Amino acid sequence: MKLKFKSTLIAAAIGSMISTLALAGDLVINFDDPNPGPKAGFEAAVEAFKKAHPDVNVTVNINDREAHKTAIRNFLSADAPDITSWYPGNRMAPFVEAGLFDDVSDVWEANGFSDTLAAIKPTMTIDGKQWGVPYTYYQWGVYYRKDIFDKLELAEPKNWDEFNAAAMKLKEAGVTPITIGTKFLWTAAGVFDYLNLRINGYDVHNDLTAGKIKYTDDRIKAVFMAWKEMVDAGYFIENHATMSWQDAIAPFQNGDAAMYVMGNFSVDAYKNAGLTEDQIDFFQFPEITPGLPRAEEAPADAFFIPARAKNKEDARKFLAFIAQPDIQTEWNNTIGQLPINNQATVGDSKFLKEGFETLSTAAGLAQFYDRDAPAQMAKAGMEGFQEFMLDTSKMDAILERLDKVQEEVYK
Amino acid sequence: MAVVGVSSESRTLTGPGPSRPRGWFHKNRMAIAPWLFVAPALLFFAVYVIIPIFQSIAISFYEWNGLYDVNGESTAQWVGFQNYIKLLDDSRFYISLKNNLIWLVLYMLAVPVGLAIALFLNQTVTGIRIYKSMFFFPFVISQVVVGLIYGWFYNPDFGVVGSVWKALFCEEVINIVGNVTTKCSVSPPDILADETWATYGIIFAGLWPQIAYCMILYLTGLNNVSPDQIEAARLDGARGFKMLRHVILPQLGPATFLAIVVTVIGALRSFDMIAIMTRGGPYGSTNVLAYYMYETAISEYGDRYGYGSAIATVLFLIMLVYISYFLWKMYQDEKGGM
Repeated sequence: MKLKFKSTLIAAAIGSMISTLALAGDLVINFDDPNPGPKAGFEAAVEAFKKAHPDVNVTVNINDREAHKTAIRNFLSADAPDITSWYPGNRMAPFVEAGLFDDVSDVWEANGFSDTLAAIKPTMTIDGKQWGVPYTYYQWGVYYRKDIFDKLELAEPKNWDEFNAAAMKLKEAGVTPITIGTKFLWTAAGVFDYLNLRINGYDVHNDLTAGKIKYTDDRIKAVFMAWKEMVDAGYFIENHATMSWQDAIAPFQNGDAAMYVMGNFSVDAYKNAGLTEDQIDFFQFPEITPGLPRAEEAPADAFFIPARAKNKEDARKFLAFIAQPDIQTEWNNTIGQLPINNQATVGDSKFLKEGFETLSTAAGLAQFYDRDAPAQMAKAGMEGFQEFMLDTSKMDAILERLDKVQEEVYK
Repeated sequence: MAVVGVSSESRTLTGPGPSRPRGWFHKNRMAIAPWLFVAPALLFFAVYVIIPIFQSIAISFYEWNGLYDVNGESTAQWVGFQNYIKLLDDSRFYISLKNNLIWLVLYMLAVPVGLAIALFLNQTVTGIRIYKSMFFFPFVISQVVVGLIYGWFYNPDFGVVGSVWKALFCEEVINIVGNVTTKCSVSPPDILADETWATYGIIFAGLWPQIAYCMILYLTGLNNVSPDQIEAARLDGARGFKMLRHVILPQLGPATFLAIVVTVIGALRSFDMIAIMTRGGPYGSTNVLAYYMYETAISEYGDRYGYGSAIATVLFLIMLVYISYFLWKMYQDEKGGM
């Protein structure tokens, strides 16, 4: 008992010491990915920052992604860190609107980010101000079984006719063209987004997710009609609604399906499933409306300064630091993604090189349906996509329901 | 009560003499003591149950995304009964309500099935204890594990359902890259992804542990069935179903009541099974009110606390009816017992 009392005393003393230290140039950072790769990349960047700013005492809290999503709602208004990771686009909107994030346009201006991070600037902007600094993003596109394509003498399709021809040839050979797992809904949004971006373009995507276009609009209907043709022709694997995106790799790995509309984070999973780099490859989602400027999906991760942060000065130094080309190069090499700073160099993998090529030449970058649209709309929309993929005849009913949700969300 | 009486008696024996003036507390100790004992429980019950109920009802009149602004003030906006009006026009809400009813009705199957198994197991054979524990086993494992197991069970690709189907309707072929795959004349049922069947699939999984629970309640009940009455009934020529209906079942009354109560509670607690097996999907068709509330208020695409609270309030009112009946029944029974 006595011993216990003593140790609590010591603990209390240490605790108070830490909190007194906190006053002198302390920087608290909340990060949201404890997986080995992302954690190593983040910690290396923090180490580099400490070396460059030895007077700043950095404390790091790394939390699980899902836990972070819940915790941020509390810590932003209660006990805020000086920096927190979060996502751009509509995901940051509620916090910006509640005044919980600090306006960091000054950091963008002072460091010339409008040029070096130009590609991502629109999604970091609300009301003409920038609210955070991104450190990584990745491309989406079509990952395919190169060995199967080679066997059937198929080339990477460049436009919709070639894509359909390839899909028909795959079907004739007994291969389902596309694998997908819609149990967690968002994968279907990837397909929808790309069809929309290729048929109607970037502005329609933005207008739709901003609630300016109805779902029963003819342009959106056209997207669903194209999708309906794909589903009805059996382009997608069966039973997708019980599969997660990882489950859907099984038919891809087994050679029963040949393509996967996915983000670059999936490459690791293909390799873990036993596919080699020679067996898989990547192509940009093919053109549908000829001559339409090509926009891409490129979800980014970023850092933000909470409005209640205690040490905003050093926090700004950190934001400026993590956008430097050398830091972004190293960080993204570690995590196998793409740096956003256009002065940075891209990692060696062929997927990263193609990804960089894809994104750096894109006319616009979308964040993804569930990040661009408000949460309630995204949820209803993605459920609608899943329902549509299971039964395309419900199309009109689904679109009308989405209109109803839209009316409620964007009033 | 007895304990309080004893302690107060010993207190008077060892305490100072009666010459000391008696305080208010001393005079009223018989009335106060029970409250003192109940106080901690009451405090926690108030903080964690009663107050949140009223907070939740209060929030249901606001539109709120759960955020506080920089000054720590809630960003909620008063909307009056708007959330409830929206609820009336929400097809998802009706689906959830309907599923709640389906759960309540079908979950009741656990009671007769549990009774049947209990009757079957209520015999003296070597090793009967092993059989009993094996039947009871599903109740011991967590609901989450049951959900996972059944999720695999129903899986059309590698689950039991899928395998049986494949054995019946499919043949193995070699695909383009030389791997073995299956071709089916009729594609296997995808129970958890089918809006008509998914709820029944989850209920079936939930019944597995619930039947075990009812079975154990009846087994203990059967232990207390008086052998004299059975003997007497046998002499009067009662056998088989008649014996069960008129002699055994009346004596199992308390067990039946308990089985029904826990089964209703089990049906209302279906949250974990749904979360683990379908997450309310496909497209909301397996939601029950509790899960729909979680989805709108707390889940990743939720953050509509006002609307979620409105759903919670409706659920609370429905449960209130059941709980009132339950309390009333208990009260009646106790009165009858006296």
